[in-house]
Amino acid sequence: MRWVNVKPNRRSAILLGTLPLLVALVAYLFASAARHATNASDKVLPTPAAMVEAMRGLLFDADPLSGRIIFWADTAASLERLCLGLGICALSALLVGMVLGVLPAARATFGAFVTTIAVIPPIALLPVLFIAFGLGETAKVALIVIGVAPFLIRDLADHVAALPQEQLVKAQTLGASSWQLALRVALPQALPRLIAGLRLSLGPAWVYLISAEAIASDIGLGYRIFLVRRYLSMDIIIPYVAWISLLAIAMDIALMQLSRRAFAWAHQGQR
Amino acid sequence: MSDLLAFDNVWLEYGDKIVLERVNLSIAEHCFVSIVGPSGAGKSSFLRLALGQESPSRGQILLDGKILTPECGPDRGVVFQRYSVFPHLNALRNVMFARECVKAPFTARLFGAARRRAAEEAEAMLIEVGLGDSLHLYPSQLSGGMQQRLAIAQALIARPRVLLLDEPFGALDPGIRQDMHRLILRLWEEHGLTVLMVTHDIIEAFKLGTRVLAFDKRRIDPHAPHRFGATAVYDLPLTNKLPLDTPDVSVSIITIDRISNNEEG
Repeated sequence: MRWVNVKPNRRSAILLGTLPLLVALVAYLFASAARHATNASDKVLPTPAAMVEAMRGLLFDADPLSGRIIFWADTAASLERLCLGLGICALSALLVGMVLGVLPAARATFGAFVTTIAVIPPIALLPVLFIAFGLGETAKVALIVIGVAPFLIRDLADHVAALPQEQLVKAQTLGASSWQLALRVALPQALPRLIAGLRLSLGPAWVYLISAEAIASDIGLGYRIFLVRRYLSMDIIIPYVAWISLLAIAMDIALMQLSRRAFAWAHQGQR
Repeated sequence: MSDLLAFDNVWLEYGDKIVLERVNLSIAEHCFVSIVGPSGAGKSSFLRLALGQESPSRGQILLDGKILTPECGPDRGVVFQRYSVFPHLNALRNVMFARECVKAPFTARLFGAARRRAAEEAEAMLIEVGLGDSLHLYPSQLSGGMQQRLAIAQALIARPRVLLLDEPFGALDPGIRQDMHRLILRLWEEHGLTVLMVTHDIIEAFKLGTRVLAFDKRRIDPHAPHRFGATAVYDLPLTNKLPLDTPDVSVSIITIDRISNNEEG
């Protein structure tokens, strides 16, 4: 049998998928054990026990200064910034992307402008945002918006503009006005694409969030990682990074499920 | 029978390329016009003109004696070969779309009794085209033939003055195509439709049409082939129709005499 025809079934696919993760985990454990064998106070590759010990304080004990449990306060702050940023991105993408996609005149007027904004590296704008919005929450959310929204807008506008011309003509022969065309033909077909775009944007959005938190913040997952870096606290950094990836995966799955439930018609070819 | 659609010396040009030239036609109400011709002979351009998707460079098109605005409107229904149903709506909602657009300008959605009435109307239409069992299926769950039935039902519910068909059965299996021929003829008679159908299948054209238009270029300049446009070189009223169960014979037995066709029109 040719290699291209070897297709794992569902169960073996799950098994195969977990295999690299397990291998990485075991490799880490061995490396950590080896380092600790030569130097019992090694900080670079902490053992799982050391991580549990370090995280216990952050997970269960309130910080004497602020009265908050640091780990959960960090998570809440980061998620709030991320969700706020992505929410604003989704709304603006929907508004601007739809207008650009549906109206050729709007596309001719603003298409090049959006493209120009989209090619500016968002991190390069971070100082501008800090100067303009101060060091508070606004600048962090704004970085996510500036980083992600242009991509979503362009993606959505392209998708809407690429809807088969036949559909638009058909809708008009059925009496649809521009508004009705946008509302009933373009919008429902744009929504699953928006969710797909959001899923792809989760990675960049986390990058922008953590960059902003690393530079100027007093709370947040990214802030904590960059804070404890000064003490070489890998026993806190590693669990935090693992937690961030878990959160990212959970958000991705939630968006996928939302799309499947709400827009079943868009996923029928994939079953 | 009065003229429903009239083409008065219509030209269609893109830059210096002439697609259609000197198209003079009048189409009576309750006609079934088949349009045939080789690729690039402007069949689809002709249909787009009738649809209002494009405007003529010269001449004018009259619908019910009024000059046609170059924009698609609900007085003309259309069925394309593909993509003419909405993938995000089930069959019933696809057919209700026209009603919802007319009656709810802002929300484009109906509620309560108005919605029930529109749904009943749409259901009756779907039963008429043979989709009574598939009301709640999405287009991706329908076969090609069923999708075309849906597209026809969707167009007919808006009660268009003219129904324009752009190779509507071109992508279907021969057996399904026969069924669709029966369906479209029945609907044509029952609803008193006026139909313009572009097809590349000559048998289909003669079988369904009451009038066959053959589009081609009258003259060809070998050095500048784009400088002469196509027009209706043959305009055949059909009185003795081919029977509906005509087998799909080979097209090669139909010969078109190009020589006798050079007189000025």
